[in-house]
Amino acid sequence: MAFSPIPTSLDALSFEESNNNEKRQKIEDLLDVKSLIFAEPWYKTVNNLHLWNASLIDVILISSPMGIMGLPFLTRRKGFSAMIYVTEASARLGQLMMEDLVSMHAEFRQFYGPEESNFPPWLRQEELEILPSVLKDILLGKDGVESGGLMPLYSAADVKDCILKMNTLNYAQEACYNGTLVIKAFSSGVEIGSCNWILNGPKGDIAYLSSSCFFSAHAMTFDYRSLQGTSSLIYSDFSSLNDAQDIEDGDNNTDPNSDSLFPLSFQDLDEPILNSGENLEEMEKLAFICSCAIECVKDGGSVLIPINRLGTILQLLEEMTTLLEASAMEVPIYIISSVAEELLALLNIIPEWLCKQRQERLFAGEPLFAHVKLLKAKKIHVVPDIHSHQLLMNWQEPCIVFCPHWSLRIGPVVHLLRRWCGDPKSLLILEDIVNPELALLPFKPVSMKVLQCLFPSGIGLQKVQPLLKTLQPKTVMFPEDLRLKTSFLCEKSFSVSYYTEAEPLKVSCQKDSSELKIAADLASQFYWKTFKKEGINVTRLNGNLLMENAIDNILDGV
Amino acid sequence: MAIETLVLGAGQEVGKSCVIVNINGKRIMFDCGMHMGYTDHRRFPDFSLISPSANFNDALSCIIITHFHLDHVGALVYFTEVCGYRGPVYMTYPTKALSPLMLEDYRKVMVDRRGEEELFTSEHIAECMKKVIAVDLKQTVQVDEDLQIRAYYAGHVIGAAMFYVKVGDAEMVYTGDYNMTPDRHLGAAQIDRLRLDLLITESTYATTIRDSKYAREREFLKAVHKCVSGGGKVLIPTFALGRAQELCILLDDYWERMNLKVPIYFSAGLTIQANMYYKMLIGWTSQKIKDTYSTHNAFDFKNVHKFDRSMIDAPGPCVLFATPGMISGGFSLEVFKHWAPSENNLVTLPGYCVAGTVGHKLTSGKPTKIDTDPDTQIDVRCQIHQLAFSPHTDSKGIMDLVKFLSPKHVMLVHGEKPKMASLKERIHSELGIPCYTPANNETVSIPSTHYVNAEASDTFIRNCLNPNFTFKKCNSVETCGSTLIDRNLTPELQVEDERVADGILVMENNKKAKVVHRDELLLMLDEKKHEV
Repeated sequence: MAFSPIPTSLDALSFEESNNNEKRQKIEDLLDVKSLIFAEPWYKTVNNLHLWNASLIDVILISSPMGIMGLPFLTRRKGFSAMIYVTEASARLGQLMMEDLVSMHAEFRQFYGPEESNFPPWLRQEELEILPSVLKDILLGKDGVESGGLMPLYSAADVKDCILKMNTLNYAQEACYNGTLVIKAFSSGVEIGSCNWILNGPKGDIAYLSSSCFFSAHAMTFDYRSLQGTSSLIYSDFSSLNDAQDIEDGDNNTDPNSDSLFPLSFQDLDEPILNSGENLEEMEKLAFICSCAIECVKDGGSVLIPINRLGTILQLLEEMTTLLEASAMEVPIYIISSVAEELLALLNIIPEWLCKQRQERLFAGEPLFAHVKLLKAKKIHVVPDIHSHQLLMNWQEPCIVFCPHWSLRIGPVVHLLRRWCGDPKSLLILEDIVNPELALLPFKPVSMKVLQCLFPSGIGLQKVQPLLKTLQPKTVMFPEDLRLKTSFLCEKSFSVSYYTEAEPLKVSCQKDSSELKIAADLASQFYWKTFKKEGINVTRLNGNLLMENAIDNILDGV
Repeated sequence: MAIETLVLGAGQEVGKSCVIVNINGKRIMFDCGMHMGYTDHRRFPDFSLISPSANFNDALSCIIITHFHLDHVGALVYFTEVCGYRGPVYMTYPTKALSPLMLEDYRKVMVDRRGEEELFTSEHIAECMKKVIAVDLKQTVQVDEDLQIRAYYAGHVIGAAMFYVKVGDAEMVYTGDYNMTPDRHLGAAQIDRLRLDLLITESTYATTIRDSKYAREREFLKAVHKCVSGGGKVLIPTFALGRAQELCILLDDYWERMNLKVPIYFSAGLTIQANMYYKMLIGWTSQKIKDTYSTHNAFDFKNVHKFDRSMIDAPGPCVLFATPGMISGGFSLEVFKHWAPSENNLVTLPGYCVAGTVGHKLTSGKPTKIDTDPDTQIDVRCQIHQLAFSPHTDSKGIMDLVKFLSPKHVMLVHGEKPKMASLKERIHSELGIPCYTPANNETVSIPSTHYVNAEASDTFIRNCLNPNFTFKKCNSVETCGSTLIDRNLTPELQVEDERVADGILVMENNKKAKVVHRDELLLMLDEKKHEV
């Protein structure tokens, strides 16, 4: 089973209108614009995906909308027949994101023409050797062996085909795989539709804990109570890995106290104080970003906001329009994306996937998100792309633009950056970009202001132990990569084993026998034979054995 | 073990649905409705039968409401706020969103128009809705450790659900109202194949079989079109939610196609407000409407306007949707009084009207005069069109559902006594399933499934999973050779794989019963001997 393949898109390219040269990403030292690769970009997916036999995968669980992005690489392979389970909201959001990527990528296809072979020149060993080390690392991984994970992008047809192969679930809906495995998704609070999993088999149950978040201003909150009491738990929230690194880097332009490290006992998990603390911090950051943006437009500059996390963007949008109204400024807000219209419409019809506060709006008969009214009032303009007639007709600067992110390499963001990168009055808001230096390389020199911000997502290291104690699994499978950051030495209530990428970890199953249910009418017909000496009664059992919902083995009389 | 069912409402009648089921020690109330035909104590279920001491919190594990119609949710506010039930209440998202509208509308009609003493206030409604836990379809909700409930799509109205309940080994489904055929804005009911002890189903149309709905829709449109082109006014009394949207989609579409300019009105803000909800709840409508949400939300009606009371006597044709349905009072009755005397006008009524309403009087027989209250008599000269489509399943649909689920027992509620009796007979004779039709305040008890739990050893399970093939050769060569088709039907080699579990059940003192394979038993016995 493959859990949530995460594609990285770092090797996307850009092209410069002026000299029609194509470029690759570069690094600090020797990097310049020319060292970027100029070819239709390939995308990075799970390492060694190409080495797996697709037909041997039985079940795929997708835990978030982002987690779908790499799926067509797999579903388009020959012999693929796995059951894919995904929440309905993840599937719909993921589909929109994939369609958006494919439509933006078409720009490259148009520019470079169809690829001549399955093996583009830049992928040759000798070409790779002369790349700056940062680029090489991105393409091949630190060990230089990951080139197999590079793939040319899927087509719109691949996406369609992939969507057809998915089984969509609601939260807490039971899906039964092959009669032997009952699969359930529970909200993880990170994004609309994102989830954790519980798998019930005849020999025990497993919880899969993906990236989860205790506070959410839009998605349904983290339902950790439903993960309680499983025999094993796979901990798979890697967000604290990045968090810690970012703190070390310390190049946060926003307030640096991104994670206050107060100790936490496990009862605290239930207390709203903790959540509101996190909430407050996030609100402060949002308010700060918005005030920067307002300042900027007041000065006559424009603001460019590449969309990363959907939730953050929705909040920014609501906050920013309120502030604009308060300061009585008439600054147009544009949302540029081929799927934005559908996305915004979709968001207003999925109350079942949203947090309590948003659901209350449904019950009060108000739109779930403020953008419904804003669209009607023409305060925000949604257009499919930068060349659309509608945009050209009412384009005004200064303005605030939201558009897709993709490491600043593809889509409308590229064109807008080229327009504004030289303007010191304008502002770029970058959320959670791994290597901003590299991301901005094609646009150097950049004199526009850049505001980098980071929103805490995921469980957070200091909450791992209290959370696991609350969940009370018997065994925890924990990532080796996080081993040094969390110590389970004094942990008595569960055992811990560590797993590493691409290495199978064997965990013994907890029961050596299965539950069997015998129909009462059959049981009443038993003829018992007693072995007095041994103290046991025996009877012959005859019936049909049925495997249903993973646990119920029901014997009906023959 | 038994499942005990106490019918407090909708037993051999339609109105105030309320069924109490005692299943393996859990007591669940399905629906908490009111009867629209009564204004005295008979309008509510007799709650005292649940708990003579009125200790409802201990007497009930939870309440489940299937949809927002008043005959299913009307008594809920009274029960939670006046009678004092504090336990959990479950309903789907749309039902939670829309029930307060229905209840508030009813409260207004009751107090403002009829001048009755109010049974609950607006604050009561708000307080009551706070206790409601909203559920999504197919979500398995663990009410407590032993009680599991799950909602399935029922069609009928937006958010209507059938509820599955499981306690221990006993399982049952309460359908609420449902529709087995999709209509313009809703899909058809959908449920998994379940292993049920009891199915409690509605039976509004226990003996009716309906033909194509397109013919019926055409008939309705023709009647409306004829009336407005003759300068008449069309009154469509409906509840704010459900039929109103369905008929509105139909008319809006027809108006577009025929390029009609006659105004369509919605009375008051209620239905307009209701459309706001529908727009957000589009995920609960039919596939066709869901698919087009991004380009055009089907509940953005192009030709529909707001109606004002002053327009009642304005000249010229129009179509008006007015609440409440069945002309049981309120605005629809007010308009009816004005429009009924003219033969140019048209009143459309649903196929089923609760006894005691003006709608019921109009549809049963052809009255020329109607007494709305002791002092008022209205001449009825307008045309009456009875809508032949209804969001309830017909008898074929009920039979299909019963056959699909094949429960051990069936109980019919929400229907008319004689028709229910004939359906009961059919279910018994055609499907061989015992069927019950209890009257209000009667209790029916049926046995429930019970399994004996045992452990099964791996060797036993593995042995059972081993294929147990038997090969049979087709022995008549002539038959096989006769025609191609025949040969395809009966392959020469037939393979059977009958896996019959054959094991030994062992009961050891103070240990859980265990199922083992023959060989294992010998081992066990050997060990014992050595120990001795």
